[in-house]
Amino acid sequence: MKRTLIGTFALVATAAAVATFVVGCASMPPDADLNAETVSMLKSSFKGKGQATMDRLDQDETQRVCSEYFGKPLPPATVSRIEKSNLDAIKWPADGKYVGDWKAGEKIAQLGQGKQYSDDPAKPSGGNCYACHQLSPAEISYGTIGPSLYRFGKLRGYNDETRKYAYGKVYNAEAYSACSNMPRFGAHGILTEQQIKDVVALLMDPKSPVNQ
Amino acid sequence: MYRRLCLAAVAGALAIAANAAQAQGNDTASEIEKYRQALADGNPAELWEARGEAMWKEARGPKKASLEKCDLGMGPGVVKGAYAHLPRYFADTGRVMDLETRIFHCMGTLQGISEAESHKVLFGGPGHRADIEALTAYVTSESKGTVINVSLTDPHMKQMYAIGEKIFFYRGGPHDFACATCHGEDNKRIRLQDLPDLTKKAGAQKAYSTWPAYRVSQGELRTMQWRLNDCFRQQRFPDLVYGSPASIALTTYLAYNANGAVYDGPALKR
Repeated sequence: MKRTLIGTFALVATAAAVATFVVGCASMPPDADLNAETVSMLKSSFKGKGQATMDRLDQDETQRVCSEYFGKPLPPATVSRIEKSNLDAIKWPADGKYVGDWKAGEKIAQLGQGKQYSDDPAKPSGGNCYACHQLSPAEISYGTIGPSLYRFGKLRGYNDETRKYAYGKVYNAEAYSACSNMPRFGAHGILTEQQIKDVVALLMDPKSPVNQ
Repeated sequence: MYRRLCLAAVAGALAIAANAAQAQGNDTASEIEKYRQALADGNPAELWEARGEAMWKEARGPKKASLEKCDLGMGPGVVKGAYAHLPRYFADTGRVMDLETRIFHCMGTLQGISEAESHKVLFGGPGHRADIEALTAYVTSESKGTVINVSLTDPHMKQMYAIGEKIFFYRGGPHDFACATCHGEDNKRIRLQDLPDLTKKAGAQKAYSTWPAYRVSQGELRTMQWRLNDCFRQQRFPDLVYGSPASIALTTYLAYNANGAVYDGPALKR
């Protein structure tokens, strides 16, 4: 009798613990549920317009992880994983040259159009570098989301390693700094190979106003 | 009438002056701050407020009724201070609504104006005025001086806030932009335009308490729905549907973060 009582008590206690656990789950949905609900709400709240089609709401792995960790420290293993996968995907220039014309680069750095539904997709996109970076000292209307790039080449040295780094960074910033705010201009087809070379020239040509 | 004309003239002059300031590459932000101070008593937004008030009280639509019995959350007919508590959950529709969607709801129920009709012009421009911009200007102006106090006690609100926060940090599109890319850090700017940090109380309060606003560069009064829509356009996202759940979730996130601020709109912006 005693044993039965104890057994019943244990069973009730276990059931209560399980019930508490289940209720806990139901009232506090894990982040996965909230993420799924966010994605589903986004998809029902936007409409494709012009070149800005609905697939732009689909995140790749980098975007998904970087959204999750926005403003929080990334685990070191995640940093290496993001940087490696983005670095591996860089398409380097077939001719091995990284530097184009800095004058064309300056125009690309000034130009903000491209990829918005309000933009003409037939026209080339700009890099809009000045929106976030200081470059040529003559341009005083520059933003501060990214670091100043004034004297980029002069400070780092006019060598192949730095030219290659500059190309890679503009092509895919996530390859060098996981969850950087900077767009992946090459990887996402915002700028062409030649345009990226021209921007690299703006940064790396000793004659560029950036390096005066 | 003289005052209206005066305001219209000032609005035109402001638009020209703003363009000139930009063309010269001057510090636009500080120039606009000077205009703001000079025009503290004559914001062109008052034109929209006056038109909105007249429209609110006028019998319109198939039911020939005014909007005076509209329940903005504080009971039918209460306009004073109502905006400071929006968005909120409305039991009669079973969903969280912001001011713009609630006004459309009242146009439908009280005036019999169909959604197709009320949504025809959402953003005004030359030759086409948006009634919703005028109505929003009027209702928000009736909350000037009221402390913003949006409650998350209702579970629907709590959920909308949580999703709004997720959307704020959601990176996507060809540029990987999220709202937080530009509005997640203190003391940043795009070109010369200062960016409020909307994740912090001070930044959210300053920004949220001053929308809707008369936009000098556009010569129009713009509501929060417009503000969010145009941010997403620049984020390279598709088109944010007016009054959509995501737009209300994000508004809930911003409004709650601004709690405690004294509402000071419709304001004047560059």
